[in-house]
Amino acid sequence: MTTYLLKRIAMLFPLLLGISLITFTVIHLAPGEPVEMQTAMSPKITAETRQRLREFYGLDKPLPVQYGLWLGRIARLDFGRSFAPDNRPVIDKIKERIPVTLSLNIIALVIEFGLALPIGILAAVRRNTLLDKGLTVFVFLGFAMPTFWLALLLMYFFGVKLEWLPISGLHSLGSDKLSTGAWLLDLAKHLVLPLSVASFGSLAGLSRYMRSTMLEVIGQDYITTARAKGLPERVVILKHALRNALLPVITLLGFSLPGLIGGSVIFETIFAIPGMGQLFFMGVMARDYPLVMGILVIGAGLTLIGNLLADLCYAVADPRIRHGGQ
Amino acid sequence: MTLRSAFLLLLLLIPLTGCTESVDTGTIPARKGGVQAYGDTLVTGSIGEASTLIPLLASDAASHTIAGYIYNGLVKYDKNLNLGGDLAESWEVSPDGLVITFHLRKGVKWQDGHEFTSHDVLYTYRVTIDPKTPTAYAEDFKQVKKVETPDPYTVRVTYDHPFAPALASWGSNILPAHLLEGKDITTSELARKPVGTGPYRLKEWVAGQKISLEVYDNYFEGKPFLARVVDRLIPDTATMYLELKAGGIDMMNLTPVQYQRQTTGSKFLFQFNKYRYPASSYVYMGYNLKNPLFSDVRVRRAMTHAINKEELIQGVLLGMGQIAKGPYKPGTWAWNPDIRDPAYDPAAARKLLTEAGWSDTDGDGFLDKGGKPFQFTVLTNQGNAERLKTAQIIQQRLRAVGIDMKIRVIEWASFITHFIDKRNFEAVILGWTLGQDPDIFDVWHSSKTGKKELNFIGYRNAEVDRLIVDGRGTFDQEKRKRCYWRIQEIFAEEQPYTFLYVPDALPVVSARIRGIEPAPAGISYDFIKWYVPKDEQKYTQ
Repeated sequence: MTTYLLKRIAMLFPLLLGISLITFTVIHLAPGEPVEMQTAMSPKITAETRQRLREFYGLDKPLPVQYGLWLGRIARLDFGRSFAPDNRPVIDKIKERIPVTLSLNIIALVIEFGLALPIGILAAVRRNTLLDKGLTVFVFLGFAMPTFWLALLLMYFFGVKLEWLPISGLHSLGSDKLSTGAWLLDLAKHLVLPLSVASFGSLAGLSRYMRSTMLEVIGQDYITTARAKGLPERVVILKHALRNALLPVITLLGFSLPGLIGGSVIFETIFAIPGMGQLFFMGVMARDYPLVMGILVIGAGLTLIGNLLADLCYAVADPRIRHGGQ
Repeated sequence: MTLRSAFLLLLLLIPLTGCTESVDTGTIPARKGGVQAYGDTLVTGSIGEASTLIPLLASDAASHTIAGYIYNGLVKYDKNLNLGGDLAESWEVSPDGLVITFHLRKGVKWQDGHEFTSHDVLYTYRVTIDPKTPTAYAEDFKQVKKVETPDPYTVRVTYDHPFAPALASWGSNILPAHLLEGKDITTSELARKPVGTGPYRLKEWVAGQKISLEVYDNYFEGKPFLARVVDRLIPDTATMYLELKAGGIDMMNLTPVQYQRQTTGSKFLFQFNKYRYPASSYVYMGYNLKNPLFSDVRVRRAMTHAINKEELIQGVLLGMGQIAKGPYKPGTWAWNPDIRDPAYDPAAARKLLTEAGWSDTDGDGFLDKGGKPFQFTVLTNQGNAERLKTAQIIQQRLRAVGIDMKIRVIEWASFITHFIDKRNFEAVILGWTLGQDPDIFDVWHSSKTGKKELNFIGYRNAEVDRLIVDGRGTFDQEKRKRCYWRIQEIFAEEQPYTFLYVPDALPVVSARIRGIEPAPAGISYDFIKWYVPKDEQKYTQ
């Protein structure tokens, strides 16, 4: 087990190196560079100014040298300074946005699992009934509807017409003067629309997956046995079937962990939520290389760690994996 | 940027959902009067977040908007776009035009209580031209030979040769020397915690959400009425529009469709005042003059004859704009009202094309010469629906005279690097923002045709070169006017661009805000006089 673990950890480094090399190359292949994005078509920029800016950002050095410098910094866990004019450390920019994205995504994930699992179970148990078909239509509607479109319709209806909910952002103006309770209520009101839109869109995948694993389990012999013993249907489904059907679903949960810091560009842009998706999008648009690289490396690192954890959990649970090589 | 196109789609959807709103044709008079009072907050929206509040280092509009509330320059443009004093009370230009002497206001205090003096001006000049400062604004100041400060309230600037745009360049924001001198400006905390001399000071900056400003009581022009300005970051324009309707923001710029069709209900007109004045920009179709197709002036004149500019304004801007015939905003002193450029006249266009050797020999409906059809591709940048619509309307008109124009929309970064920089285009539809000074050296002088330079169409005309140099070489407005008026005549003759239109700026402001007087400079030139009557104040805190 220890050798397995060590082997897996040792594998992480070349993987991370490869990922960083590829992303570095790709972002530099994209047309335009930071100086360009800041100064293109501006009458006040001379070739000399442009050169000065390029030197300031170190863009005048050959690419391999730039990559080497970046790698050297990252080895010391220094993500560098952003190429945006504010020149702030990349890590600060990421730090101020991670809490928002992380908490929003966790709440969305809880809602998503909380709704998708019962929907999937219900659909499996009542297979091919009107209820099953209705639920299928419902979740696929969410899947098929473009987020931005639904979001704007809801904003117009609840925000402009009914004036029940705020349209965008996280807090009302002056909310910092409110009592904690009122402040939380204000925040909750702001979150209703974004969270509904986010979870509605992702119900389909998970509930359909739940439905199919549940169906598979229900067909097994031990379920028939349980029924034959005369157990009530509730117990058969929720105790015997569900536990086994949940196993693959829990792996899915593992996969969604790295996504927690990702954030969605469209969603955050429409609702004016200051999250990671927006930061990344703006970084790419401005060719802010250190910022883009920083976010990608953190994302890649988390994905690798997530995979490692998932595999380790498998290994703990399943002796066939643990002893696979022997 | 597929996001953008998604948003455009949305703009089409909104009127469908909003059709229940009552449509009034009669306009409701804007709420007037009320007694001037201090207090209340103006909430604005911005699609991008400010990057740094040291304006010298910023190149984005959002940063400069916020910095505009916090800092002052030595001079500024007044409501009629004439230069007036700001931190400088007055100035004089020596008879030979080489020396400008600014007399600074006395008793102006930085927002931290320190006194403002000529030393701040000297520091700002030095840090601007310092090669270690990553700024885009050094160019105008490199023309300066020396800056002297004989006393704390006098700044004397000497130039090698008279340079008219110089005066306006001193409208750049002056930075506090006592907080920056001897430090590295790129890592200064002033980027997030600015200290200026302006009417507002930074209260709070919540990254990714909002920037709050509060009034600076000791502002030298008098305390502004509005107590706070909050700029909310709302990256999506459709969301911003909904926020406006729901009262979440007080001010934004409308699109022509929003102005003409979606904000006509009585409820909206009671809540908001709409304004309209020519924007400082124009849209044009530029020809690559190195391309044999367009090196012939008859062909370029024929193109302009074939394009119906009035139709573009009606179709693209719903009438919210004016025809452009040259690179100046109608109504400004440099704009020549008597220009007659090739008017819409398809018959004249066909005649000129025939003269240039183009005729439809194979009967396919398109002109050809030496076996090659008259075909070219016009490029425009992605994310600008107006320019794309313009291209589509022009396409129809050119087809009518036998020209086959194709349209290609390209993402901005590749547009610049692969097409403009490499001169790899036949024609483009783009726009220029107009500065207040009429100097057009950077875009039209023949010395500016090099790589990355802005005369990318390769325009060379010795007379225009001479007029441009003469125009920037004197402070005498009459002399300058003669130069620019003549340049417009030459452009009308040669049609290096087909100048298309000057769109209108269409800002809308909450009706509770009073004291707004539209002028040639727009509406925000006397922001400190905006107020909300006591009984209508919304954010009282």
